[in-house]
Amino acid sequence: MAFLEIDYVYKRFGHTDVLAGLKLNVELHQVVSLIGASGSGKSTLLRCINGLETIDDGVIRLDGDRVSGRGVDLDALRREVGIVFQSFNLFPHMSVLANITLAPRKVLGLSRGEAEERAVTLLTRVGLADKATEYPDRLSGGQQQRVAIVRALAMEPRLLLLDEITSALDPELVAEVLNIVRDLAAEGMTMVLATHEMGFAKEVSSKVCFLHDGVIHEEGPPSQIFDRPREDRTRAFVQRIIDAGRL
Amino acid sequence: MNDRTAPARPAPKRVGRVLTYRKASIVALAFPPAGVPALVHSVRAARLARTGDVEIARMEGEKARDWSWYAVGVGAAVYVVAFLIWLLTTNDGAVRKVFFNPDVLTSGSAWHSLLKGFWINVKVFLIAECVVLVWALVIAIMRLLPGDACRPVRFLATVYVDVFRGVPSILVIYIVGLGFAQADVPVVGNLADESYAIIALSLTYGAYVSEVYRAGIESVHWSQTAAARSLGLSYTQTLRHVVVPQAIRRSIPPLLNDFIGLQKDTALIGVLGMLEVLNRSRFINNSQGTLAAYSMAALLFLAVTIPFTRLLDHLVRRQQAKTQGGR
Repeated sequence: MAFLEIDYVYKRFGHTDVLAGLKLNVELHQVVSLIGASGSGKSTLLRCINGLETIDDGVIRLDGDRVSGRGVDLDALRREVGIVFQSFNLFPHMSVLANITLAPRKVLGLSRGEAEERAVTLLTRVGLADKATEYPDRLSGGQQQRVAIVRALAMEPRLLLLDEITSALDPELVAEVLNIVRDLAAEGMTMVLATHEMGFAKEVSSKVCFLHDGVIHEEGPPSQIFDRPREDRTRAFVQRIIDAGRL
Repeated sequence: MNDRTAPARPAPKRVGRVLTYRKASIVALAFPPAGVPALVHSVRAARLARTGDVEIARMEGEKARDWSWYAVGVGAAVYVVAFLIWLLTTNDGAVRKVFFNPDVLTSGSAWHSLLKGFWINVKVFLIAECVVLVWALVIAIMRLLPGDACRPVRFLATVYVDVFRGVPSILVIYIVGLGFAQADVPVVGNLADESYAIIALSLTYGAYVSEVYRAGIESVHWSQTAAARSLGLSYTQTLRHVVVPQAIRRSIPPLLNDFIGLQKDTALIGVLGMLEVLNRSRFINNSQGTLAAYSMAALLFLAVTIPFTRLLDHLVRRQQAKTQGGR
């Protein structure tokens, strides 16, 4: 039994099946990259995993327990599953420190002192300890995204979802964010990431999944997907990436 | 190659004609102090354009334009002020005597009486504003509750807003202030007139302000809610800590607008018969045979509403400076 099991999940928007019976297993400590063209369902899949979208059919299990469908305590699920968004989504009316400590205090019931200690430790790790009292709009995109990662980590999630977290960044800011993800992977954090950073996916993933038409068209170790893809569509996609100079 | 000559540089092709602003400067003559220089520059621009000094002509043309704008901006202000002075002095100073009768304006007892009355208005709007701040938020959140189960609640809140936005506040004051007492409604059948005034104005302005809040809440991008919920915050916690604080900040300018309306509408509560500022000024006017007390009441309202506006402008700017970087 895998840590995260996604079993034949369907998600419809109108008449389109964005997810059409998608199946995916993620083991503990694995880093799984989702690649594929825009609109192939990567983001939707991530949003379904932590219940931001409801699924129309199929089942999602976390550590053996069903976490999709009726009657599930979604707030409890989201305590275990963190997500970082493409557009950061920091709370603009709160300082960096308040952004990070809000959920630990209100959801986990930590005291202000405990929460701030945790926040400062994490901020120090990502090199932003001096920005604790700043407001998000005064930070660069890369700094904002690092804060957003810290905000998710402060809940000590067992699974972290990363939704194209470098797509909104200027190229020179991408590395500072990816370095943190690399560290997290080395520490054994279980992660599922939707990404267009093929080089990074190749380097950091235990498994790469190519999404097409709402299903995983091909999955395997990075060497298989990027160097010896078995499916024609995967090969065509990877070739387009190479032609664009992105791999 | 010593006989090489630099190729003759062709005269530059001009982009457009020289703008002389002739018509504008002629119109500007309506205010000669600016109109005359405008016309002078305009004439010079035209002459220089003919002689080929296009660069200088362009500068002269621009001066003609600037002077023409001065004629509009300064001239309009000067004529408005002149009109007001004429109004005050015409007819042997009749306007001045009616509206600004010096005997009444400088009468300590008149001011004392008006201030005593105005204190009632101030109390009513201060309390009503506190009530409205909370009450309107309750209504706004009721209107935005999600799901089928809350449809009746949403419907009730919508009906409330429609009714109290649609009925003139003076009617609400009559209905609440006279009707509740006459019908001896339980709990609220025997209150002071001031309390009725507060209830009536809170009901009316609660409806207005709830719409302001609702627009504010809806303007907070859904991704903020997604981020909050994804951290495990509940629906209520998300509203309380993430959505409502941002919504209220955005609502402050229109909210302020409604509060100034509320402050001014306290002039209507005199219909319930209490001795607030408008009734008192009417008594003074009747005994003195002028309308000066009305001007004084107007000054009292301005003394509150203008600083109130400036204070909130200041607070909004300070908040923006804190949360927004170099934009």
